[in-house]
Amino acid sequence: MFVARSIAADHKDLIHDVSFDFHGRRMATCSSDQSVKVWDKSESGDWHCTASWKTHSGSVWRVTWAHPEFGQVLASCSFDRTAAVWEEIVGESNDKLRGQSHWVKRTTLVDSRTSVTDVKFAPKHMGLMLATCSADGVVRIYEAPDVMNLSQWSLQHEISCKLSCSCISWNPSSSRAHSPMIAVGSDDSSPNAMAKVQIFEYNENTRKYAKAETLMTVTDPVHDIAFAPNLGRSFHILAIATKDVRIFTLKPVRKELTSSGGPTKFEIHIVAQFDNHNSQVWRVSWNITGTVLASSGDDGCVRLWKANYMDNWKCTGILKGNGSPVSGSSQQGNSNPSLGSTTPSLQNSLNGSSASRKHS
Amino acid sequence: MEELDGEPTVTLIPGVNSKKKQMCFDWGPGEMLVCETSFNKKEKSETAPNCPFIYIIWKDVDVYSHILRKLFNESHGIFVGLQRIEEELTGKSRKAQLVRVSKNYRSVIRACMEEMHQFAIAAKDPASGRQFSSQVSILSAMELIWNLCEILFIEVAPAGPLLLHLLDWVRLHVCEVDSLSADVLGSENPSKHESFWNLPGNTQTLTELELKWQHWREECERHLQDGTFASSPRLESLCKIMLGDEAALLEQKELLSNWYHFLVTRLLYSHPTVKPIDLHFYAQSSLDMFLGGESSPEPLDNILMAAFEFDIHQVIKECSIALSNWWFVAHLTDLLDHCRLLQAHNLYFGSNMREFLLLEYASGLFAHHSLWQLGVDYFDYCPELGRVSLELHIERIPLNTERKALKVLRICEQRQMTEQVRSICKILAMKAVRNNRLGSALSWSIRAKDAAFATLVSDRFLRDYCERGCFSDLDLIDNLGPAMMLSDRLTFLGKYREFHRLYGEKRFGDAASLLLSLMTSQIAPRSFWMTLLTDALPLLEQKQVIFSAEQTYELMRCLEDLTSGKPERADPDAQRLQDDDIETTKVEMLRLALARNLARAIIREGSLEGS
Repeated sequence: MFVARSIAADHKDLIHDVSFDFHGRRMATCSSDQSVKVWDKSESGDWHCTASWKTHSGSVWRVTWAHPEFGQVLASCSFDRTAAVWEEIVGESNDKLRGQSHWVKRTTLVDSRTSVTDVKFAPKHMGLMLATCSADGVVRIYEAPDVMNLSQWSLQHEISCKLSCSCISWNPSSSRAHSPMIAVGSDDSSPNAMAKVQIFEYNENTRKYAKAETLMTVTDPVHDIAFAPNLGRSFHILAIATKDVRIFTLKPVRKELTSSGGPTKFEIHIVAQFDNHNSQVWRVSWNITGTVLASSGDDGCVRLWKANYMDNWKCTGILKGNGSPVSGSSQQGNSNPSLGSTTPSLQNSLNGSSASRKHS
Repeated sequence: MEELDGEPTVTLIPGVNSKKKQMCFDWGPGEMLVCETSFNKKEKSETAPNCPFIYIIWKDVDVYSHILRKLFNESHGIFVGLQRIEEELTGKSRKAQLVRVSKNYRSVIRACMEEMHQFAIAAKDPASGRQFSSQVSILSAMELIWNLCEILFIEVAPAGPLLLHLLDWVRLHVCEVDSLSADVLGSENPSKHESFWNLPGNTQTLTELELKWQHWREECERHLQDGTFASSPRLESLCKIMLGDEAALLEQKELLSNWYHFLVTRLLYSHPTVKPIDLHFYAQSSLDMFLGGESSPEPLDNILMAAFEFDIHQVIKECSIALSNWWFVAHLTDLLDHCRLLQAHNLYFGSNMREFLLLEYASGLFAHHSLWQLGVDYFDYCPELGRVSLELHIERIPLNTERKALKVLRICEQRQMTEQVRSICKILAMKAVRNNRLGSALSWSIRAKDAAFATLVSDRFLRDYCERGCFSDLDLIDNLGPAMMLSDRLTFLGKYREFHRLYGEKRFGDAASLLLSLMTSQIAPRSFWMTLLTDALPLLEQKQVIFSAEQTYELMRCLEDLTSGKPERADPDAQRLQDDDIETTKVEMLRLALARNLARAIIREGSLEGS
C-alpha cells in the first residue's frame, strides 16, 4: 500500500528529471526552463526549496547527485551541449536563517558537439568521476583528481559508440573481481543502427575502456539503462527501457577460457520481458538493494517489478495518475495507520460475522 | 510452489494525467519521487505546460503508527529471544517452548488489539474511529489465523485434545458461542456433558473416550426416538444438534457467526475424536454448507482452509497477499521454520522463504527514523543476504545528529563493517570541513582511519594558525594520543601544538629541542619551516642562551636550505616580490639572531668547558 503527498514544483516548464540524494533527504529537479531546483526535507518531514538557479542555456535533461563522501555536489546535462558540476557553498548565517543555500558552478564540460543526454557519477570507490553521453555518439569520462578542488576536471576517456547515445549506467559493484564497467544505450532509430546496448569494461593493462559486449537482441531504440546494485552476486543484472522492459543477467565467463588480457566475456540471458506499458518504456531504475525495478512508460504509469524467492519476476505495483486535481494544500498525504490491505474483504470476513470483539 | 499471485496494487496519484503525460521518478532509501513529464521531446505541448507537482510516495505506512510500534518492538524481543535459544531447544521441552513463544506472539497481538480498541472507542470523529476499528478487525484476524496455526502446526494436537483446542479457539474469537454453549449445557444431560469434557489431565485414552461418547449418543438417540422432547420443539432441536444433525444446526445459523464456528460445533457433536488429517474434509463441507452457495469464500476463509489442509505454504502465501505488511508472515514463518516445518514440506526453498520474508520486513523497518534499529537484528539472523542487505541499508540512514551517527557507527563496528564505518566517517568529516568545523572533521577522519583526509584537515588547521595566530579545537589536538600517528601532517600538528604548550609553560629548553627536531626529522612540511624558524626568534632573543651551538648550527643549516631553494620558486608576480621583501627581511633578522645566539652559545659552552 502506498501513500502519496504532493509538493508544488514551481518550475516554469516541463520537468525532465528528479533525483534523490544518497540519504533521501534532499532532492533535485531540472527542467526545460533551464534551471535546477534543490529541495531539502526538514525534521518534520516537509520539503522546502532551498535553491533555484539557472544552470544552462537550453533544456536540462538530467540532474544527479555525487556520493556525499565528496560533499554536496550535483551534475547536470543539457541540450546546450554542455554538462556542469555544481557545489553547494555553506552560506552566510542570514541565508541559513532564510533557509537558502548557494550552489556555484565548479566546471563546465564543453567537449560535446551535440546535446548531452545523460550524466552519471561513477561508483565512489573509483573516486570522483563522471560519465556523460551525447547525441554525437561519444561517451566521455571525466575525473577530478583532487576532491577538494572541484574546478579541476580532466577528460580521461572518450568512447566512441558510433550511434547517438541516450543513456548510461555504471556498474555499482565495488567487488575487486569486477573491473569498472559502463553500459550505454542508444535511441538511434536509423535502420542500420544495430548495437543499441553496448557494454564497455576498463582494462587495467591498456588503461582504456574496451567494448566487452553488445546486446544483439535489443534492436529497438533504448531510452534508459540501469545496472542493479550487487548483493554479492558473481553476475550482473541490467535493466533496459526500450519498447518493453527487459532484464538481462550477465555472467562473467571464467577468465581462463578467454584470451588473457581482453575484456571479460559474458553469458547473457534475458530473465524478464514485460510490455505492459503498451508502447515505449522511458525510464528504468533500481531500488537501493536491487530487489525492485521501477519502470515508466507511454501508458503514463510507473510499474514496480519484483522477483520472488524463486527468481520469477512479476509486477507488484502500479502508480498511475487518475487525472483528478490535487487538493489545494500541499505537503499533505493521507497518513493512514493501517496494518491491512487494500482489499477490504479480510476485515469484512470478520466484521460481517462477529460482533465487535470481546476479549477473554 | 507457485509464486505470489494476486494483482499488483494500484496507487492513484492525483493530479497526474496518465492519458496525456508520463512520469519520471527516482528511488530514495524509504520513499520514491515521481513527477509528471513528457518523454517524447519531439511533441510540442499544445498548451503552456503548467507547473506540475512533485510527488513523494512511500509504502508501509503502518510503520508510522505509534500503536503498532509497540507490536513491532515487543515482537522484535520475542524474535531475537527465539533465535538465541535455538540451540537450547532440544528434546521433549522443545515443543513446549515453541508453543510458549507462539503464545507470546499472540499475547502481543492481543495487547495491541486492546489498545487499538480503546482508541477506537475514544475516537473523537467517526472516521478515525472507523479506522481504528478496522485495524482491530485485522489484528483479530491475524490472531485467529496464528492461533489456528499454533494448534495445528506447533502444538500438533492429536485427536481428542485437538477438538478441545479448537473449541477454545472458537470460544476465544466468537462471543456468541457462549450463549450457545449455555443453551447446550441447559439440556437434559448437563452433568454427563460436563464430566465428559472437563477432564483435567485427560487420563482416558482415545478409545475410552470414544466408547463413552457412543453410549451418550445412543442415549440421546433413544430420547429422540421415544419422543421425550416432543412437547418442546426447542429441546428436540437441541437434541438433534447434540446428535450432530447438521440441518438442525444450520437452522441456528444466526447464532453461528461463521463457518468455522459451525465446523467446530459440528465436530463437537458428531466427530469429537476427529483426527488432524481428517479435519479438512469437515472443514470444506462446513464451509460449503454454511455459505450455502450464496456467497463465495473470502481471503480469511481461504487462509483457514489452507491451515486445515495442513498446507503451510499456502497459508503463508495467502497471508502475504491479504496483508500489506510483512510483519505477520515474517514472524509466523520464522517460528514455523524453527519447528522444522518448512523444510519438511519443501526442502528446495524452505529456508529461503523464511529469509525472503524477514528481509522484506526488515527492509521496511529501515524506512522509519527509529524502528530501523530493530531491523538490524532481523538482518543479523538472515545468514545469506542479511549482512549485505544491512550494509546497503545502514549507509543510507540520514545522520542528522551526532548521537544517531554514533549509534550507526557502533552497529557497523560491532559487525566489522569497516567499509561502512570508513564511508560514514568520511561523509561526516567532509560535511564538517565544508562547514569549517575543523575539530569535528579531524576526529571523524581519525575514526575513519583516513590518513589522506587527516592530512588535509591538519593542513587547514595549520593554515588557520598562520592566518589567525592561534589554534582552534585545542582540546582535541592536545589529546590526540596514538591517533597522532595516522598521518605525518597530523603528527606534526600535534607536535607543533606541543611546542606551543612547552613555550607557554616556559620550558624553553624542551621547546627549543622539539622545534628543531620537527625540522630535522622532516616531519614539518617545508612550507612551514619559515613559520617554525620565526617561532624560534623569541627563543633566540631570550636573555639566557637556549639553543646550544650545535643546535644553532642546525638551525642555520635549515635556514640556508630553505633560502637556497628560493630563487627557483620565485614568481614574477608582483605580490610575490612584495612578499619576498618581507621574506628577505625575515631571513636577515633570523641570520642576525642566529649569529648572535651562536656567539653567546660558543662563549657559554667554552666557559663551562674551561672550568
